[in-house]
Amino acid sequence: MTDKEHRAELSVEQIRRDFPVLKRTVGNDKPLVYLDNAATSQTPVQVIAEITRFYRDHNANIHRGVHTLSVESTDLYEGARNKIAEFLGAPSASECVFTRNTTESINLVASAWAKSNLQEGDEIVISEIEHHSNIVPWQIIRDELNVTLKFIPMLPDGSLDVDAAAEIIGPRTKLVAVTAMANSLGYITPLADIIEIAKKHDALVLVDGAQSAPHMQTDVAALGADFFACSAHKMLGPTGIGILWAKTELLDIMQPFMTGGDMISTVTMSQSTWAEIPAKFEAGTPNIEGAIAFGAACNYLDNIGMTSIRNHEKELTGFALDKLNSIEEITIFGPSNVEKRGGVISFALQGIHPHDIGQFLDSEGIAIRTGHHCAQPVMSALNVPATARASFYLYNTEAEIDHLTDTLKQVVKYFG
Amino acid sequence: MSNDLLDDLYRELILDHYKQPRNNLNLPAANCAADGSNPLCGDQIHITLTLTDEKVEQIGFTGSGCAISQASASMMTEFVQGRSVIDALDGIAAFQTMMTTSAPTNAVGFDDIDALIGVSKFPARVKCASLGWKTLEQALSTNNGVEVTTE
Ligand SMILES: Cc1ncc(COP(=O)(O)O)c(C=O)c1O
Repeated sequence: MTDKEHRAELSVEQIRRDFPVLKRTVGNDKPLVYLDNAATSQTPVQVIAEITRFYRDHNANIHRGVHTLSVESTDLYEGARNKIAEFLGAPSASECVFTRNTTESINLVASAWAKSNLQEGDEIVISEIEHHSNIVPWQIIRDELNVTLKFIPMLPDGSLDVDAAAEIIGPRTKLVAVTAMANSLGYITPLADIIEIAKKHDALVLVDGAQSAPHMQTDVAALGADFFACSAHKMLGPTGIGILWAKTELLDIMQPFMTGGDMISTVTMSQSTWAEIPAKFEAGTPNIEGAIAFGAACNYLDNIGMTSIRNHEKELTGFALDKLNSIEEITIFGPSNVEKRGGVISFALQGIHPHDIGQFLDSEGIAIRTGHHCAQPVMSALNVPATARASFYLYNTEAEIDHLTDTLKQVVKYFG
Repeated sequence: MSNDLLDDLYRELILDHYKQPRNNLNLPAANCAADGSNPLCGDQIHITLTLTDEKVEQIGFTGSGCAISQASASMMTEFVQGRSVIDALDGIAAFQTMMTTSAPTNAVGFDDIDALIGVSKFPARVKCASLGWKTLEQALSTNNGVEVTTE
């Protein structure tokens, strides 16, 4: 492990130089202000370079050949897995399965674990603040296996009702699947409390780390969870690559997810035996350059230090909450305490639809997300069809938040 | 602040219809109604009509959503009020053509509506502008009562 704790404050100016896209303009020559990081983050040159380097110098299939390029490609691919395992605090790299994204990681657990380990009468507990990707797979499992699906409710400030969780999670609960940070409102869930409750009842815990892994230190071993899912594209890496971490004893008993090449040990015309983990879950030629670039992204984050990143975002979020609250017409959703909120601010402007807000901001170079953020249950609990959401990362600045605030004031004048 | 790009989308006339929607009511004596929504954005339109002798005597709409969806619905009601069903259906077709070709329709009664032409340059917003018109089409069609969506 690196000495992340001892790193000084971020040098945002220096960091910004690593992200070529931040230099571009949009619309009428407006400098880009990228505040849609909860959807996808930007990519530093160090990561882009790894993708190019792979194709220029090494490109070959992995695990298949004795020739030099294949051996190098395999080393790079497995090296990336090691790096990512270290980044996530996984006890062993073989517990880290490459997937396409968080969605696929969760579907893998639903299909390869839940289907063969749950039966009628069992219960799965999720929460009301989940992303659709941590809701829909469990609804399907519920319908297929006749298990019960229960929800930890959301409180009015967007946080989870932990007291209710203690009631809802019980002896029949076999799996608790919760997010570490809600993408809609930025709420950081009390994972330790929820895991403690789940473990009292011997339930397994799946953590959706899509929003937490990019912004906070992750230590899956210390967390005490059983499954952890995240996506590279939200943590400075490319699209099309993600991770499912799971404990060895679980991966061992799980069925393959997809089948074919690379995931088998032996194949005869009548039957096959499965490869060891993690290969058992990585059928076919994987996203090799994606995995390598994901490793490079973890390196980049590590070099800066997750504690520094979290601190920077906490400061930015506090600053933004103050500034935005100076707009009379604004309603900000979610917790006001920055200890409980990641760098995500969902808001509404009285009487103005989020799409109009987003369109206006875009014409001023500001990219935010508008819509239901794949969290329709949260939207209905807040009684809004959609919100506007600004989300920050290590390269965002206070000046950008000032620009956002000023532009929102113009939005109010324009549509009000 | 000069913002040509935006002003092309949100023309004066559109903002006027958004801020002061026309025929913004539910007709108590309606004999025909339809609902439309874009669940992804949260745009909603409810229209009520009194149809007589193949003619739209009166139309009202209520709804919530972005400026484009509400202004377009408001303009649509101004257009169809008092027109024959045939003309109303022609209007719907003309509007759709404008959205796909980005060319003004020059259709009779479309003077205001042609202001929505800027929307066709923002593909993500075409469904907002189309919602009111699709809902009208639904109301005038036989399988009345099924909610429409332009997503
Ligand atoms: C909390 C959360 N879970 C899951 C996902 C799904 O991630 P992906 O689209 O990369 O599969 C997201 C991304 O939007 C998210 O924010």
